[in-house]
Amino acid sequence: MLPAFPDAKLMWLFGGVLFLLIVSTFIGGILKERHRGDSSRATIDNLNARIRAWWKMCAIFAVSLLIGRVGSLVLFAIISFLALREYMTLVPTRRGDHRTLFWSFFVIMPLQYYLVGIQWYGFFAIMIPVLAFIFVPSSIAIHGDTEHFLERAAKIQFGLMVCAYCLSHAPALLLLKIPGFEGLDARLLLYLVIVDQMSDVLQYVWGKLIGKHKIAWRVSPNKTWEGFVGGMLSATALGTALWWVTPFTPLQSAGMSFTICILGFAGGLVMSAIKRDIGIKDFGVVIEGHGGILDRIDSLCFAAPIFFHLVRYYFVP
Amino acid sequence: MSEDVHPIASLLAAVARGITGVQVQWAGCEPSERQRIYFANHTSHLDFVVLWSALPSEIRARTRPIAAKDYWEETPLRRYLAENVFKALLVERGAMAKAKSPEEAKFVGRMLIEDMAAALGQRNSLIFFPEGTRGSGEKVGEFRAGLYHLALRRPDVELVPAYLENMNRILPKGEFLPVPMLSLLTFGMPMQVEPGEEKETFLERAREAVSSLRRIGSA
Repeated sequence: MLPAFPDAKLMWLFGGVLFLLIVSTFIGGILKERHRGDSSRATIDNLNARIRAWWKMCAIFAVSLLIGRVGSLVLFAIISFLALREYMTLVPTRRGDHRTLFWSFFVIMPLQYYLVGIQWYGFFAIMIPVLAFIFVPSSIAIHGDTEHFLERAAKIQFGLMVCAYCLSHAPALLLLKIPGFEGLDARLLLYLVIVDQMSDVLQYVWGKLIGKHKIAWRVSPNKTWEGFVGGMLSATALGTALWWVTPFTPLQSAGMSFTICILGFAGGLVMSAIKRDIGIKDFGVVIEGHGGILDRIDSLCFAAPIFFHLVRYYFVP
Repeated sequence: MSEDVHPIASLLAAVARGITGVQVQWAGCEPSERQRIYFANHTSHLDFVVLWSALPSEIRARTRPIAAKDYWEETPLRRYLAENVFKALLVERGAMAKAKSPEEAKFVGRMLIEDMAAALGQRNSLIFFPEGTRGSGEKVGEFRAGLYHLALRRPDVELVPAYLENMNRILPKGEFLPVPMLSLLTFGMPMQVEPGEEKETFLERAREAVSSLRRIGSA
């Protein structure tokens, strides 16, 4: 079904995002002027690079949402592909994993998105946790290389779970049939992405402004308690204030956004731990100022499936 | 030899760049229209195309690969790709070992070097994989003597080492379907044969020049 176009509330959301981008670009410009040549310049250059990247990401996302369900599906499939690519590049694999990796990239991952597209929920839900879980170790075993067998199978499965399975729950929001909300589900996807990404941004901003006490400093040296609490509260407040685009009441919206924020934080932390384990800082250098694609979507990977199931459980009869 | 790049060559280069997402770093020199011999580690069929595609287009048009005759003449498709698309100079592997006498071997070797020198001509550059065959990617194998003799024959040409990373994981030996991991290509500092330098010393130095460009450790 085509989205109700133009959906006035969706347009308001886009307008809000555009406003934020303009304001932040303005602030970035002022900061750059004021701090010409002093020690905080590197931070400010990084901030401005992030803002420029946000313009591009928002533009791509907006276009895909306006195209409709297929647009979002293709966009998320591409993001999954790029994320899986970054992940597999940096996680050690062996020659014996080659065929399994080929299947992961060109069969399992596309099939997952195809299943979202044809709205086959039952198959979509078990595709990677059950079928790929059995397929991956079997196909490695057939090749016959048993060196680090369990690690290799686990690493490939984990990559598929995070980059393909978890992330595919974001566009899967578009197949939920919520009574009274037909054709408006693009808003729900936008809501998830805005709250999740703003939580990242606000944690960063609060951390930079008043951050002092390190949280999990071994894993992620830039995360502070002040950033965490400030980010959670302000992003939850933002999510609550957006209740009018969702099928939720303000209170429900507060609960949903808080859940998204907490899970996003967990996702970021887990990915940082993996990076520490492998011994790298960022997963890639695709988006200027942001590290890689995977660094940008790590929070979404954890928030999307839980948000999807909460909505499905409580709002789909 | 025409100056134009075959359209299929450009297409394959674009595909190879897409699959490998290669990030190119000119660490030891800048792209230049000077005549050069690019020599690199060899782990995958993608190596040549990726290295070639990393060069600016006006340099690409006159950069030719040196490839193994036995492999590239095996099927009509390969022959077409090698001869018409990439204008490769095909050389016979192990030709010297097959020679019946040391004199013949010497003669065959000299002919090979002459062929390569002729392929260089006055304007062209070459892409050279001195290991002679694809390795597993764990470390750079020993270099064959051709690079040394060619460098002596054409001292005016710059020798540029390059390291291709992760190609063995994208399309390893014996596989025909690629896995789209990301890769890196690093060009190093141009080098030359020092006056009076022994063959073994030079080849080891060249091998070291290639393997020192490695940026991430592999599994």
